[in-house]
Amino acid sequence: MADCPVSFRDPPTPADDGARSAAGDPEGPPRDAARAEEARRRRFFQSEVERLMDRLYGTGLRLTRNRADAEDLVAEALTTAWSRLDTLKDLQAFEKWVFRILTNTFVSRQRRRREIPATELERDDEEDDPEALFDRLHQPFLLWWDNPERRLLDRLACRDIERALDGLLDPFRLVVVMVDLEGFTYAEAAESLSIPVGTVRSRLSRGRRLLQDAIWRQTHPRGVAAEGGGG
Amino acid sequence: MTSQVECEEAVAKLLEFLDGELDEIARHGIERHLETCRGCFERAEFERRLRERVAQTAVVPAPESLRRRVRALMETF
Repeated sequence: MADCPVSFRDPPTPADDGARSAAGDPEGPPRDAARAEEARRRRFFQSEVERLMDRLYGTGLRLTRNRADAEDLVAEALTTAWSRLDTLKDLQAFEKWVFRILTNTFVSRQRRRREIPATELERDDEEDDPEALFDRLHQPFLLWWDNPERRLLDRLACRDIERALDGLLDPFRLVVVMVDLEGFTYAEAAESLSIPVGTVRSRLSRGRRLLQDAIWRQTHPRGVAAEGGGG
Repeated sequence: MTSQVECEEAVAKLLEFLDGELDEIARHGIERHLETCRGCFERAEFERRLRERVAQTAVVPAPESLRRRVRALMETF
């Protein structure tokens, strides 16, 4: 948020105090000031939500994998955000704060539904990481102008990435979404998920490898990275 | 320290480097390596660009139904 319209926690200015005492009515002007403050809060919140709405919805969609659930999630998160706006000390931090609320709301919902089965995660952790996409594509003997990595990135469809993300198990998808889509630090993700930073690091590493593996399995049969191949 | 070990270390720390999670000394070490090693530089560029593509999936036009719902929510407060 580069151009915060107004900080509604600014202390009253001398001009405000002067207007209040000049009015001679101790009830009227403070009430007007409160109303103006409320209007400023509302305008600030609405403009920020409007600016971030497509990212909030898109992130909600990546978390829930379902359009109706994503709408519910965003609506619930924004209700929470609006009710807690007074607790946000630094308005410049609104964006990070509201995405944190979105993610925490999702995590709370999942916990209520018990949809993060630890046993499934442990079983998956025992398997070896798939080969990195770069290693599958990179062929050092090729001439400099032939670059399958670049071709893949240029031709990779958003839908391929969305499918690959949606196919990840929840614990892996969550940390990938938090770090790669929402810009959380490892420590912030760890705090939101109530897990150690080392667990975030390992889930992120494995989640990214699984994501790359899924992208490879979707695109390789279509020859997306091949010279003259399909997109 | 051989070149091979440097590449192994760079690859092992690459994702944390791109995430901005390394301390200053480790970060400078990776930066220096990427300046001189074409293979690791290409790998870093691939990972960085792939991450940008993944991040783009976070932007999806919100349906009008959600926008109406949020406006209605704001009016109830």
